[in-house]
Amino acid sequence: MIKIENLKKSYSTTVALDDVSLEVKRGELFGLIGPDGAGKSTLMRILMSLLLPDSGTATLNGFDVTKQHKEVRHVTGYMPGRFSLYPDLTVEENMDFFATVFGTTVKANYDMVKDIYQQIEPFKTRCAGKLSGGMKQKLALSCALIHKPLVLILDEPTTGVDAVSRKEFWEMLKNLKAQGITIVVSTPYMDEASLCDRIALIQQGKIFSVDTPQQMAADFAEDLWAIRSPKLYPTAQKLHDLPEMISVNSFGQELHLVTPKGVYSAKEISDFLTDKSETEIQIQPTEATIEDVFMLFMTQHHTTQP
Amino acid sequence: MKRFFAFVKKEFLHIFRDRRTLIILFGIPIVQLLLFGYALTNEVRNVKVVVADYAHDEKSREIIGRLQASPWFQLVGTADNPNQYESILRSGKAKEIVVIEHGFAQKLVHDGKGKIQLIADASEPNTAQLIINYTTAIINGAPPASLIEVKTRMLYNENMKEAYNFIPGLMAMILMLISAMMTAITITREKEMGTMEILLASPLKPIQIILGKVTPYMILSLINAIIIVGVGTNLFGVPIKGSLFLLMFEVMLFIFLALSLGILISTVATNQMAAMAISGFGLMLPTILLSGFIFPIKNMPIPLQIISNLMPPRWFIEINRMVMLKGADITLVWKQTLILMVMSAVFILISMKKFKIRLE
Repeated sequence: MIKIENLKKSYSTTVALDDVSLEVKRGELFGLIGPDGAGKSTLMRILMSLLLPDSGTATLNGFDVTKQHKEVRHVTGYMPGRFSLYPDLTVEENMDFFATVFGTTVKANYDMVKDIYQQIEPFKTRCAGKLSGGMKQKLALSCALIHKPLVLILDEPTTGVDAVSRKEFWEMLKNLKAQGITIVVSTPYMDEASLCDRIALIQQGKIFSVDTPQQMAADFAEDLWAIRSPKLYPTAQKLHDLPEMISVNSFGQELHLVTPKGVYSAKEISDFLTDKSETEIQIQPTEATIEDVFMLFMTQHHTTQP
Repeated sequence: MKRFFAFVKKEFLHIFRDRRTLIILFGIPIVQLLLFGYALTNEVRNVKVVVADYAHDEKSREIIGRLQASPWFQLVGTADNPNQYESILRSGKAKEIVVIEHGFAQKLVHDGKGKIQLIADASEPNTAQLIINYTTAIINGAPPASLIEVKTRMLYNENMKEAYNFIPGLMAMILMLISAMMTAITITREKEMGTMEILLASPLKPIQIILGKVTPYMILSLINAIIIVGVGTNLFGVPIKGSLFLLMFEVMLFIFLALSLGILISTVATNQMAAMAISGFGLMLPTILLSGFIFPIKNMPIPLQIISNLMPPRWFIEINRMVMLKGADITLVWKQTLILMVMSAVFILISMKKFKIRLE
């Protein structure tokens, strides 16, 4: 459905995309995962034909995004990173406007947006600017869907949205996927990554790996330890002195320690901490989640970069 | 077409829901009209005058009587010694002293010539000039005709009414403000709010976006023009000697030109502040200063005269004055009309070329 080859884009001095190649299959829910400034928005805007790449090609449903921007814009629905509807128009007016702009009516395509729009319909006379974050996202999604696009491109749709609304939003994406819509979504939240069919890890304009979240977690190559301690922070500080340590991050009530494969045993780490006068330490190996993958990925690629 | 109407409707909703826009659209023109009409006037009224009458005859009394009767002058006292003149003017007690020589009536009869000296406070030169002109006119109006008359007539504006001058100019200024500045701001606002990104990502063509944004302002500008002309003719008594149809055609042409300038500005400015600054300095100042609205073009240094040729309002004001005050028809203003048309075409072409179908 989407094919990206050797895409490069830079803004004056900063490189936004560095030789990016990707493929998104029809009907897939594809996640672009990376920190702020990784190049996610740039990639999405190029796909939307809103930016021209410096070099490389991208096609969407067979349309070249640099040459056939009209066709591309017809078959895609887009939600920019920032809330971009008219805050001084009501929910209903926004919907009507975007429907007409795409040459259709809310009535004609009501079945497409029904599930989502119904949730905000009680507030249809309210100005869009006065909606809550979650409702704004639902409205924006409805507006992006009103013309029955084949592809949905959503740039960080859940940023700044409360946890419940985020969960609802991902439920909606699942439903849309079930209707055969290809969805490309970017997010800085790791927990959302596991909800995608496939994800790409992107950092400083480069794509580092593309796989299913499950496979990515399974491919975790290092040893991962879950450590419980009465006082997490001092323990983490002390773990930084562990000679072969790769990273320590806190995960809720635990610390996740990454060490090179086969270098330490649980006992050795426990002894190391006891030497440093830590008490009541529980330590056990654990399975990596996608979050661990990303944290490791961030640590590794951050240190290799100047 | 449906898209276009939806766009126009949306734009009207923006305008009517934003109090600030509404104030700029309708408040500013009305305030400016009233300011120019009543406050910022060059006309002199109730000028304080002191009379030094050394003649004390029927002729001098007649002249003093005339001055007193005129609405422009107010007699505040008399003087009987030349030494007093300076202190009177210096203290600001009066702006002008009218000195009538001894034996005025007699000299008038015997020599056919009487002398009256006018001393004015020229610390405000324009006002002084006006006062002197008025006084001369009043004195000359007094019989007998044996007084050497220097009669000047101000053609097309016999009474030198300010409204005759400012209505055509104000029309240019307000239309420029509303059409150019508001279009520039409204388009850059979409850029600033990120909604332009969605509009661009839609199948809308640039021309549809631009026309949709501009049409409501065109309508509102036209309403404003009608208000100004209406107030001008009814409240300030400015005539429309030429055809109203021609005037309205020229007004529409100028609005179109201002709108295309506004679009051009919006393609350069990235945010509303920049759009405002560019329209303010780039449009309003030249409209006020270099168009002949306030300062006559003929009095400008040559380089400025040349620059003023590039100012669209200059030509519009000229057309306005000719049509409204002189009753000119199209055969007399075709040159100016053509200049405005060429200018609009150039602006539209450049902005169409510069309008980006992509971001950045």
